[in-house]
Amino acid sequence: MTWAASLLLSPLMLSIIARTKAFFAGRRGPPMLQPYRDLAKLLGKGAVYSRTTTWIFRAGPLVGLAAVLCAAALVPMGRIPAALSFPGDLVVFAYLLALARFAAVLAALDTGSAFEGMGASRETFFSALAEPALLFALAALCRLAGDWSLTGVLGNISGEDWLTHGPAILMAAGALFIVLLAENSRIPVDDPDTHLELTMIHEVMVLDHGGPDLAFILYGAALKLWTFAALLASLFTPPEGTALWVQAAGFLGCMAAASIAVGVVESVMARLRLSRVPMLLAGACALSMLALAGTLR
Amino acid sequence: MMALFLASLGVMLLGGLGALLASERPKLANILGAGGAFIGAVLGLPAAVFAALGGPPASIQLDWALPGACFDLALDPLSGFFLIPTLFVSALAAVYGTGYLESYRHSKRLGWMWLCFDLLMLSMALVMSARNGVLFLAAWEGMALSSFFLVCSDHEAENVRQAGWVYLVASHLGTACILALFTLLAGASGSFDFSAWPSVLHIRALPPALFFLLALLGFGTKAGFWPLHVWLPEAHPEAPSHVSAVMSGVMIKAGVYGLVRMLALWGAPPAWWGWLLLCVGLASGILGVLFALAQHDLKKLLAYHSVENIGIIAIGLGLGLVGLSHGSMLLAVLGFGGGLLHVLNHALFKSLLFLGAGAVLHATGTRDLDELGGLMKRMPWTGAAFMVGAAAISGLPPFNGFVSEFLLYCGGFADAAAGPGLPTLAAGMAAIGGLGLIGGLAAACFAKASGIVFLGEPRSPHATHGHEAPWSMTLPMVVLALSCIAIGLFPGPVVRSMAAVVSCASGLPLGEVLIPMEHAGVSLNMLAAAAWALVAGVVLLAGLRSWLLSGRLVDAGPTWDCGYAHPTPRMQYSASSFAQPFTELFSGVLFTRLRLDGPKGYFPAGGRLATSTGEVLRDTFFDPVFSWTGRQLGRMRFIQVGRVQVYVLYLVLTLLALLIWLTGGKP
Repeated sequence: MTWAASLLLSPLMLSIIARTKAFFAGRRGPPMLQPYRDLAKLLGKGAVYSRTTTWIFRAGPLVGLAAVLCAAALVPMGRIPAALSFPGDLVVFAYLLALARFAAVLAALDTGSAFEGMGASRETFFSALAEPALLFALAALCRLAGDWSLTGVLGNISGEDWLTHGPAILMAAGALFIVLLAENSRIPVDDPDTHLELTMIHEVMVLDHGGPDLAFILYGAALKLWTFAALLASLFTPPEGTALWVQAAGFLGCMAAASIAVGVVESVMARLRLSRVPMLLAGACALSMLALAGTLR
Repeated sequence: MMALFLASLGVMLLGGLGALLASERPKLANILGAGGAFIGAVLGLPAAVFAALGGPPASIQLDWALPGACFDLALDPLSGFFLIPTLFVSALAAVYGTGYLESYRHSKRLGWMWLCFDLLMLSMALVMSARNGVLFLAAWEGMALSSFFLVCSDHEAENVRQAGWVYLVASHLGTACILALFTLLAGASGSFDFSAWPSVLHIRALPPALFFLLALLGFGTKAGFWPLHVWLPEAHPEAPSHVSAVMSGVMIKAGVYGLVRMLALWGAPPAWWGWLLLCVGLASGILGVLFALAQHDLKKLLAYHSVENIGIIAIGLGLGLVGLSHGSMLLAVLGFGGGLLHVLNHALFKSLLFLGAGAVLHATGTRDLDELGGLMKRMPWTGAAFMVGAAAISGLPPFNGFVSEFLLYCGGFADAAAGPGLPTLAAGMAAIGGLGLIGGLAAACFAKASGIVFLGEPRSPHATHGHEAPWSMTLPMVVLALSCIAIGLFPGPVVRSMAAVVSCASGLPLGEVLIPMEHAGVSLNMLAAAAWALVAGVVLLAGLRSWLLSGRLVDAGPTWDCGYAHPTPRMQYSASSFAQPFTELFSGVLFTRLRLDGPKGYFPAGGRLATSTGEVLRDTFFDPVFSWTGRQLGRMRFIQVGRVQVYVLYLVLTLLALLIWLTGGKP
């Protein structure tokens, strides 16, 4: 059920972010179902492949989407368990996303374009720095929850933990939010609305993809955003013992709030200079280490 | 089983000697040399597998006239486990060598090269099964010398001689430490037999720290731990590629084997041993991958990655030792298990990558990344196998590299969740953070290496004329790639069968090892399920796409370069530019040199940019120290007069002095 929900609802997050940004800009914004329409339109198109490319380029979107689909199956909705859960699945989650990124990077390099090479280089750079922050934040939560599967960790953080270790959880959440922004190519790390010279990170890597391939990539990106936001939202869901629909509604509310938060950050901040981004990520890493230290009591 | 193993050793020796005798007929030498290695491995592998699975111990003792020596061989799970990759990889490298050495077919050198190759394989097998200090040292020296001659195969080139020299010196400095260690142990126990050696913790006369540090220095030099790794990126690239594969894939594991063997002999260690090993592992891992990122020579890049992976192995062993000394069985078993499994995994994917690099060198004549490109179309098999190796070494699912890293992560996370004391938590967190960073950087490095070499358009005529290697070279790569995939898709059985090995290495009884192993086994089965789901997902999506595209226009065109209609190969992103963000952020450790002749004036004629990253440690520490030592020792040169009579006199005087010392001056 959690998996199906993520498959169905993840593009909605993009609409909420777009609406938030439109609100700040004083516009009306696109309809809520616009991402679905975009996907349907792309799925209905033919394809053009560069003569430079090989099977690596064609495999990129497939591997990327398959990996994100598997990763999404590991993420719970608050206290509602994930489709697939086992001890250590948080490592598999992180590495499946790394596989998706690796496939995208190779596909970008396969085109032989300088722009896409630049995007590939920066994408690997930022994600390498974001990895420790993600793992430390998850380790801090592991220690609090006394469990080491995503479902167990996120389902076991109780109101009592908030009372005793509130600051630690907040710091872990802060680190996770920065990682979310970086991994999903959002401002202040990247700008998802442009693939021009200003940013040249994620969006520039997928310049040569079109048709169903681009649909797979865009859908994978939405799903990836959902999985990260779900990690964050699960920390703030209603306490144990409430009815299932309350749990689900609370979770979805938190997801909407996370989307709005992303939209607000994108509206009020400018993109950081590239050389500043490592500092932001190092900050996230420091934050998650502090969270870990906060769990020691 | 011992008979089979001895037969395997004999076949290797015969094959090597036969190849030497057939030097006049290179084709026959090829067959004899490679055949000896291959048949030797086929005979030895069953014995190794049987021993690794915990079969009944097999041993043989023969008298040897040398004082303190005994031809004492035994196969226990630990020996068997290290022998499996050694024999497997060497056999495949030998098959590959028959094709790779084609350019030497008119040279008499071929016989020598095969003799050295077979001797290298033989001495590695002896190192991993010897149970006597003297035999071990003899085999160790044989390993060093045969690989030295192999590194110097193309000794006409100045840089090859230089690399061989650095290797020989480093190797012998390491051996000196092992010699000292063994002599001290034999002095304390009165015998060179491993079985007679006491736990160093019980030798009152000398501190145990001395023994541990000697072992770490001696074996660590061979393994390539930072900062003892400086020889590795010099020597491995210069050797013929099938030799590089054996050296990087398995020979450096002899160092890991020696360390683990000594630790297993000595029993429960003090906590700081584990911490030291963990720190060494983190330094090797992170610095190894950073220096690899900054390299533009394909084989040098791979050599630095060996430092990184040895670091991951050391992280595993360090976690295991910390777990042992703090009584955390889960951490101990998963640390040792992950570290040892990484020994096997690294042997598979690193030799695969070196063989791939060799095929590229064979086809294009260059190792410079910025001269290559677009080889995937020209070398489909090599390219596909290299991609598998690249994903595996980056620790990505569903390949084997992920399985061993997963075990280490499991150790850290499970320990954190169990709410342990501060020491094991700190060790686990150091490992998790380090592995995360190393994994991300390794993925970046292999995106660069495989992307620049195989994808895009050729950057020079070298790459344009690239062609696929003969089947004798591609087949070993395909076999290695399939083994990487097999371990990734069936991790459960592989890890469960390692229980005896982990028990042997950690000194824990088998029963205590099995419980955490079963724990991890559950996760591994689910991991396998996720890996299969991933594969199924890719297949389903491919089906979906081809269904969607059927009957629609699927066209081919030029790469969309943001409106620029005629992109040329020279406009592609280069290896230097790909690594630039990393070299800039980590300039404090890398000291990358940048030479820029930028375009000048209104009508610039052309610009150049070149970056190079040397071995900082060698330039700032080892070179000055060695040249200073050389100068000081130069003052002793007066005792070298060049007359044999005088040297004989020195010998006699030394003997006399020793006799006087031994008798204490009493007549």
